[in-house]
Amino acid sequence: MSTPVDKILPADAAVDHGHAPQSFLTRYVWSQDHKVIAVQYSCIAIFTGLVGLVLSDLMRLQLGFPGRFAFIDAAHYYQFVTMHGMIMVIYLLTALFLGGFGNYLIPLMVGARDMAFPYLNMLSVWVFLVAVIVLMASFFAPGGPTGGGWTLYPPQVITSGTPGFEWGIILMLVSLLIFIVATTMGGLNYVTTVLQLRCEGMTLMRMPLSVWGIFVATILALLAFPALFVSGVMLLLDKTLGSSFFMPAMISMGQATNYKGGSPLLFQHLFWFFGHPEVYIIALPAFGVVSDLISVHARKSIFGYRMMVWAILAIGVLSVVVWAHHMFVSGMNLYFGFFFATTTLIIAVPTAIKVYNWLLTLWRGDIHLSVPMLFALAFICTFINGGLTGLFLGNVSVDVPLSGTYFVVAHFHMVMAVSPILVVFGGIYHWYPLVTGRLLDDRIGKLHFWITFIGTYAIYFPMHYLGILGMPRRYYAYEGYQFIPASAQSLNTFITIVALIVGVGQLLFIANLIWSYFHGERADSNPWRAASLEWQTGHTPPVHLNWGAKLPVVHRWAYAYSVPGAPQDFIAQNAPPQAGGDEPEQGALRKEHAR
Amino acid sequence: MAIAIALILIVAGSVLFHLVSPWWTTPLASDWGAMDDMLHLTLLITGGFFVVLNLFLVWTLLRFRHRPNHRAAYRPDNRRLERGLIVGTAVGIAALLAPGLVVYAKYVSPPAETIVMEVLGQQWKWSYRFAGADEKFGFVDPRFVTASNPFGLDPSDPKGADDVLVPGNEVHLPLGKAVKVLLRSNDVLHDFYVPPFRARMNIVPGTVTSFWFTPTQTGRFEVLCAQLCGVGHYNMRGFVVVEPPAAFHDWLAARQTFAVAMKAAESGGVNSSDPLVARGRALAQAKGCVACHSIDGNAGVGPSWKGLFGKTEHYADGSSAQIDDAGLRRDIKEPQARVVQGFAPVMPKSELSDAELDALVAYIHALGGTGAPQQVQR
Repeated sequence: MSTPVDKILPADAAVDHGHAPQSFLTRYVWSQDHKVIAVQYSCIAIFTGLVGLVLSDLMRLQLGFPGRFAFIDAAHYYQFVTMHGMIMVIYLLTALFLGGFGNYLIPLMVGARDMAFPYLNMLSVWVFLVAVIVLMASFFAPGGPTGGGWTLYPPQVITSGTPGFEWGIILMLVSLLIFIVATTMGGLNYVTTVLQLRCEGMTLMRMPLSVWGIFVATILALLAFPALFVSGVMLLLDKTLGSSFFMPAMISMGQATNYKGGSPLLFQHLFWFFGHPEVYIIALPAFGVVSDLISVHARKSIFGYRMMVWAILAIGVLSVVVWAHHMFVSGMNLYFGFFFATTTLIIAVPTAIKVYNWLLTLWRGDIHLSVPMLFALAFICTFINGGLTGLFLGNVSVDVPLSGTYFVVAHFHMVMAVSPILVVFGGIYHWYPLVTGRLLDDRIGKLHFWITFIGTYAIYFPMHYLGILGMPRRYYAYEGYQFIPASAQSLNTFITIVALIVGVGQLLFIANLIWSYFHGERADSNPWRAASLEWQTGHTPPVHLNWGAKLPVVHRWAYAYSVPGAPQDFIAQNAPPQAGGDEPEQGALRKEHAR
Repeated sequence: MAIAIALILIVAGSVLFHLVSPWWTTPLASDWGAMDDMLHLTLLITGGFFVVLNLFLVWTLLRFRHRPNHRAAYRPDNRRLERGLIVGTAVGIAALLAPGLVVYAKYVSPPAETIVMEVLGQQWKWSYRFAGADEKFGFVDPRFVTASNPFGLDPSDPKGADDVLVPGNEVHLPLGKAVKVLLRSNDVLHDFYVPPFRARMNIVPGTVTSFWFTPTQTGRFEVLCAQLCGVGHYNMRGFVVVEPPAAFHDWLAARQTFAVAMKAAESGGVNSSDPLVARGRALAQAKGCVACHSIDGNAGVGPSWKGLFGKTEHYADGSSAQIDDAGLRRDIKEPQARVVQGFAPVMPKSELSDAELDALVAYIHALGGTGAPQQVQR
């Protein structure tokens, strides 16, 4: 076991930390190498995500072909909806961005040998695995997994009348608590590593935006997950010991209960105090990663780097004061609506800046339409769409009729499901050569891209209109409702067919990951000719402890692309100072402005 | 340049979809036209942004795609442009927020003169209450809830005696009169949502929430639950009938008051004291049967249990038969074996012990065996 002191002291020597791999077991299983842990995190998250994907297609089968599949009864439908939501948000996207991308990229991008606390890092991934196992166990528990919706609103989530109220909800809450333990162990690591283990010359304002995004997201996670943790513990006590934190005096299925005096709204406040930052825990790493993808593949320095950093920080700060926009019609004090609508719409400004700056990065660039770039471009399109529909739901008086309808489903899928997952794909296509030493297959990649991009857009764009019509979400069936025309069912069938195609299309991605691992074209040490540090180790994949005898020394920002006069169209961050390509300084800018 | 073409198609397709979409807001039936106006304003502004930003992306891709021996420009910053974009965006956002908050200010301040209607959300049905002649609601508490007093009215509170109770799923409201809706639940969260009224609110047990609107169209409007409330959530239907005030007052006068209802309940009725029936009723709720099978004669996803026992049913295959004990048991165990005409074959098989089956059948028997079926209000 190593201590953090080990990591901070040996700036110039590749000392043995006591976790140098010695056997298969220490190299690939009980590994303390952040690169191996990142792959472990990613594999677990992607596997869990595939379960979530299957669940989404099962629920789409019921919506597209109501009653055709006898095994999907109402109880199963609600269980699929709930598990799909929780798996995708927490166990796929959060785990993949922080545990996967964060683990792999942070030490390499800031020029560290490993995370600050490698042993804790190893614990983090195995505790995460325990959380996933407990979650999956709920499928086999008596009564099945919880069907109370991923928001787990009490009272219904723990009372009869909701599927899985017996064991499913207990396992769900326990799994979440374990997950939060894992995330906290990882999160402390990421924050400490960014703050303490940057190599010489790597100032905060020289870090790639990927690191910035993951860094701020991790801080948010450390602040927001405790709210989920306490609400989870309280709900668990309400369920198992009969306490009444969230439970008012109530009747359940005609039977009086012993609960009294609790507040269901308190849970909603706690949940969304976690839940809204959670959106940005997923979105900020995606913002960061996509900035890097765009800059590298357009061969152009990111436009307005400082503004991009400030926008990430502003979004991070604002994200903790907007939570109750999920609760405009929850029955909370109505006057809160003024405050939360205002903060919510203010957050649109830094978010819009990011979109403009991505577009302005592309402008006058040298745009290579590689697969990572295609995913990044698709992200811009879906994120513009999903971001703009946020202005509907954030503006309280527009939200009132739309709340709880398919408009909400369409909005949040577009903005925090499709958009981040497109970045995940782009990021994996981009960094797969770094991880494995081989490129992913281009043709399969393009096919996968087109199916995913066009497919998901075709799924979610029309869904907004069902929401405007007033179709409520979380409905097992819509038959007999006269205000819903028969054509809405045809649209639902269409959406289901596309969802099935997109679902099956993801097998291409999995196949590509496996096939290319063995047969992919070999990548040299910097196949995309990127300037950031992770590509400058001289090895793909980087060796244990990342750098040779000496840690790199950084002389410029990560975006020195197409610098006039430079022999190549990029200058590595650790190239000698005389290579030029400094980040734009305040003074230089002022001069330019005066001209 | 497939991606540029795809983006153009997405923009054109999205705009076209919007123009030809048969799916749009339900016809407005309340005075919340301002919410629709806000929707249109937001759509206009955001739609403009959507088209402009995407087309800018397309143009960029066409102009600056990779060509051999071409290098990107080096332009890492442009303060003036960035500041301009920030100001422009902020103005656009303010233009959306300000009118939105003005509309919301109206939403949070109901007029002084309103009709007050209480809605009781229950897994999985709606009931309604009016204050009666004294214009004061009687005290309610979950501890008073019984099968014959679903509202949980305090029998000793004199203010409650004249409260008008509407136990069915359907309520009437007068045209053109502002209505303040008080929302209450004795079990879980619900949401009283009538799409054509636009205004709505969640229902939270342990507290009373409210919203207001003025019906501006006569008609019969569907009530939905829009907050997940368990396995029968999707089937928690109700109706609001908006009619001229005179018709409304006639309708209201014909409703039972709490005092009358309590008297009727005391004189017997369906509320059997048989423990087997009571167990069956609890089972029907616990297993979610009542989500599809009403006990008031209204057809749901499945046939109502009211008066079912002894009735002659017609089946989808053209046959017909009288419902008896054995048939009922078979229907519960093998729900797909014969399906009543007009209903979808969607009933799942349930894991029921013989004792549970006995209780359920006894309950259905009790619902069908006593008295004439209640008149269904249409």
